[in-house]
Amino acid sequence: MASPIAWRLATVTGVRDETPTVRSFTLSIPDWAGHRAGQHVDLRLTAADGYSVERSYSIASEPERLREIDLTVERIEDGEVSPFLHDVVVPGDRIEVRGPIGGYFVWEASGAMATEPLFLVAGGSGVVPLMAMLRHRARTGAHNPARLLFSSRHLEEVIYREELDRLAAAGDGLEVAHTLTRSQPPGWMGFARRIDDRMIGEVLAPLGSGARSFICGPTALVEVAANTLVRIGLPADRVRTERFGPTGT
Amino acid sequence: MTERFVTRGFTGRPRAAGASTPGDAASRTPPGQYLTTDFPVLSAGPTPRTPLDRWSFYIEGLVREPVTWTWDEFTALPAREWTVDISCVTKWTKLDMRWRGVSVDTLFEHVDLQPNAAFAIAHADGGYTTNLPIGDILNGQAFVAWEYDGKPLAPEHGGPARLVVPARYFWKSAKWVRGIRLIDQDVPGFWEGLGYHNRGDQWLEERYSGD
Repeated sequence: MASPIAWRLATVTGVRDETPTVRSFTLSIPDWAGHRAGQHVDLRLTAADGYSVERSYSIASEPERLREIDLTVERIEDGEVSPFLHDVVVPGDRIEVRGPIGGYFVWEASGAMATEPLFLVAGGSGVVPLMAMLRHRARTGAHNPARLLFSSRHLEEVIYREELDRLAAAGDGLEVAHTLTRSQPPGWMGFARRIDDRMIGEVLAPLGSGARSFICGPTALVEVAANTLVRIGLPADRVRTERFGPTGT
Repeated sequence: MTERFVTRGFTGRPRAAGASTPGDAASRTPPGQYLTTDFPVLSAGPTPRTPLDRWSFYIEGLVREPVTWTWDEFTALPAREWTVDISCVTKWTKLDMRWRGVSVDTLFEHVDLQPNAAFAIAHADGGYTTNLPIGDILNGQAFVAWEYDGKPLAPEHGGPARLVVPARYFWKSAKWVRGIRLIDQDVPGFWEGLGYHNRGDQWLEERYSGD
């Protein structure tokens, strides 16, 4: 019998805004055993009367940062946990956390993965686990061809925009393609529609069908992206998905 | 942590009578879960699409004679409506989900289980597997559904047919299920081999290995 994944007390050591509705939290966890890029944690909040809630959040930071993790959380207006994290939590607060959890939606700069082309597709805050992969990739000095296709509604809602610009400018084989689905600033050179099969084909083309793919976002986006990649010829077991959000229609 | 830790500033949603979670719904919500009216989709990979004329369902392994049904044969088996509460390990719980399908008991009437058949592995398109003790899927505890909410089960929700085991976290309810293999020794399925609990009873909050 494996030992349980223990609840640990993390201390919030940093809070910063990513966009008007998305905020990152740095949690210091002294006995954190480390994680792999793409994994998530559970948070537990407990009220004085014993009422408690749990939620899962993807880890945004790379494994190379020891004894601390970053979580990036979108504020869900009618949510119970994300408004608390956004409106109440300040540095110095302590929060119960356990993990890391999940072993399939994981990219590691080792073995075959370190050199295979990497194709990432994100919608909104679905970029978070993919950002852990890109940060891990940068920190380990991997040079495999990599593409991130990232769908956001408006430019000001692009999570990690400046950091992604810096990563893409490093000349290590990473290119980032943005699409803005609701509004585009004057002179916008990126895509300006929802992710579709033509867009995926265009961004994927330089990588070829030998790419390994990770897709995270709302269901409709994941369905389109994953189905397209399988149709193009990527083996289904090299297309890994993580989904969130309501089913929509 | 033996003593309960209290999170500074957290009160949670109002919990007085008449609040957003009525008493009945609250008592049907397992620990650590929240109620949703959505039907979220979670899958580890692409949605497989098997045409119905190539679809079949089998029971094999420790049975005297394996059995295979075509789609038409399978959906002609005695089916019924099931209204059940579903809990996903990702924390959502959805009450009163209406399905139509055939119970595993009915399926097992078509095979002779050998006495040493103790565990079932559900196999699905895409290579997904999940393991269940046979005792967890007999006596009306599990069914294979092809309709949800009066309509054919959508591919992203596991259509054309999905195993449904309401008393376990939803990953045990294999989407795109194509067969059940009966074995004598327990073998972890896909998520059970990746750190998730082997049994997955949501009322005992058996989320992860060791819980």
